[in-house]
Order: sequence, then structure tokens, then C-alpha cells
Amino acid sequence: MRVVLSNGAGAPLYQQIKDQVGAAILSGDLAEGSALPSVRALARDLRISIITTTRAYAELAAEGFIATVPGKGAYVLPLDSALVREQLLRKVEDGLQTALDAARQAGLRRDDLIQMLDGLIAAAHLEEVRS
Amino acid sequence: MSNLAFALRGVNAAVSGTFALREVSFELPSGYVMGLIGANGAGKTTAIRCLLGMRAIDGGEIELLGHPVPGPVALRQEVGVVLDHTYLVGDWRLAQVERALRPFYERWDGDRYRGLLDEFGLDLRAKVKDLSRGMAIKLTIAVALSHHARLLVFDEPTSGLDPVARDELVGIIGDFLLDAGHSVLFSTHITTDLDRVGDYLTLIHDGRIVRTGTKDDILDAYRIVRAGPDDLNDLVGVELIGVRRTSTVTQALVCTDEAGLLGADVLIEPPSLEEIAVHIGAPAGRRKETV
Repeated sequence: MRVVLSNGAGAPLYQQIKDQVGAAILSGDLAEGSALPSVRALARDLRISIITTTRAYAELAAEGFIATVPGKGAYVLPLDSALVREQLLRKVEDGLQTALDAARQAGLRRDDLIQMLDGLIAAAHLEEVRS
Repeated sequence: MSNLAFALRGVNAAVSGTFALREVSFELPSGYVMGLIGANGAGKTTAIRCLLGMRAIDGGEIELLGHPVPGPVALRQEVGVVLDHTYLVGDWRLAQVERALRPFYERWDGDRYRGLLDEFGLDLRAKVKDLSRGMAIKLTIAVALSHHARLLVFDEPTSGLDPVARDELVGIIGDFLLDAGHSVLFSTHITTDLDRVGDYLTLIHDGRIVRTGTKDDILDAYRIVRAGPDDLNDLVGVELIGVRRTSTVTQALVCTDEAGLLGADVLIEPPSLEEIAVHIGAPAGRRKETV
């Protein structure tokens, strides 16, 4: 498991841990059943308080990413398909929002955007057929 | 069995004609680290001495690892103490330290002692008096861990240590806490050590507990306020803690629930632990100003 904390980041430490572990699980870097270090071992390794690591794990557990075993540690749960879909939808939404912001600056209208999107979909389709 | 590593409840202890612990209460759940923060002379060492039964108290009660204090002699086995001076004889070599201490502890683990000295880079043939401050602290930690203490109490462990040694100490504490039955109390005036590893904090000033709780709760309880030199004068119901006025700026600590009364033209920010310590420990003359 890889967790890299930033001192300067606005996000609190527990949030940084939660985000990074959650992302690793979604991307498959942490596979179902993988063992995570105990909250105490993680606190020692990161030199942070046990309360902080406990909170990060508690929130990951509440969102269905991991299960914690008191006194032992934690392991990665099978990815809930609804959860994955939810995360993917959010990613699509974020990407479209970024595109929209750029389009506004460039002065593109709705029709231009739809045309562009259709073009991209067609290109992706062509790519798929070829391979 | 109590789930507390220790608890002080309403402890009073007169130290001198002018200084006393007054109604001191704080407690630590088993398995966590607490930092006891206060300026020099705030009462940190006195509180620790009371907790360890090294000083009589005039009122209140103290619980240590599930026993009342003063308690059974066996309690000594369970607590490792690192004071700001060493109680070991300077001419002893580290091998003799073991021979001298072993009879006092039922569960002395000689292999662990030698293993820790090796891990800490201490030579069995070295003399106590030749150790640096950092090495002496590591020696007392090795002793405490060798008799299987469940609670480590450090009085100002980090004062006089360079940053590398302080970091090493934080690592040793982390290893110790891998066991959920282990707890650590340490007093300090160097707050940066506690910014990250401390689970609980207790702020002490002039013999009284100012606030105690989880680190996040303590940080949330205060705001730092900065404003112009003539601001913060006509407010009601806001206590300015440790207010500092200069010709360009006024700075003070306030309780978060009072910060809303300060108006829009002042800067209100979450404080660092160091800012909290500085304002709470400010000399009595400017510590409090209710405006």
C-alpha cells in the first residue's frame, strides 16, 4: 500500500489517507482481499496519531471499501459494482465540466460541443473496430 | 478493568506558598499518546510526579493502570519513567545497569535489554556519564521496555535533543504503541513533536488545566485573531487570550464559539498548536483581557 502525505495540502491527514487508499482500490492497485496495515502500524509508519489513521479506516469501512478486524488489521472488500459505477459517473461528470469550462472561454456554443463530442465518439468507435 | 491508562480527578497539591495544582483533572484511554503542554513552571512535572505517586496530593484522586495511587508496589513494574535527569549512577557501565536494576523487576527481560541497546546503537561497555542526552534517553527507554512497562511517562523527553534524535524518539514511541495495551504520556514545551503523533492533548497553565481532549477537538476549540492596533476594543463577551498589542497589529487567541462576535474586518484563522501554547502560556499580565 502506498500513502504519501502532504504537510502543505489543504486536506486533513485522514482525508489524504482515505482518498489515496480509496483510489488505489478503485484502480485495482489494491486487489480484493489484500491486507492493509493495522491502524497502529500505519500510524507508526506515517508518524501520525492513531486517532487519525483510525478515522481514515473507519470512513473507508463505512463506504464499503475495506473491512476492519479489531486487533488485527483491515482488508480490501470486493468492489461493489454500484459504488464503482458511482465513482465512474463522477469522473465523467468532472471531465465534462472541465470541457465545458474550456468551451466557455473559447466561446463555443452548444451545437459546436455536441458536434465535437459526436466526432470523438465516432473516432473511438472506429479505433475499436480496427483493433 | 478500567480502560484508562490513567486518570487524575480534581487533584490539588500545594507545592509552595505561591504555586499549587488546583482541581487538576485529565485522563488518557489505553492505547494512545497524550501530550502535556505548558510553559516552564506551569505544573507539568508536578502533575507527573503526582500521577506516579512520587508526591503526596492534598485532595482528589488518581488512577493508574486500573489501580488507585498510591497503589500496590507492583504497579512500578508496569510503568516506565523517563525524567529530565537520569537516576543511574554515572560510573556504571550499561552492562552493570542491567545487573543493578534486574532484581527490582519480576519480568526483567535481559535479551530484550541487550537487543534494544544494540538497536539503539548503545555499547554495553559504555559508562552512563559518557552518554549524550539522546543516548541517555534511549537507555532509560531500553530499561522501561525491558521490564515490559505498559505505560511510558516522559518528562520533557525532547528538550536538549537534536531534530534527528527527536524523530528517532517519535519512531520508538510508534513501535511501542503497536500494542493496543500500551500508552504514552509526555510533557513538552516543544509542540512540533506533538503536531502529528499526539492523539490527546492537555494544556496546563499556572497549575490549572486549561483544556484537555483529542488533538483535533483542541485545535477546533480555538481561533487566532489578527486585527489592527485599535481593533478588538469594544467587544462584549469575548475573552482575548494572551492578547499582544503592537503599533501595527493586535493578535489574540479566542474560543471558537466566541469568534463569531468579532465582526468582519478582523482576520480569523485556525491556530497552530504552537500558537495555542504561546497564547495560553503568556505571562499573567496579558494573558486575559475581556473586552
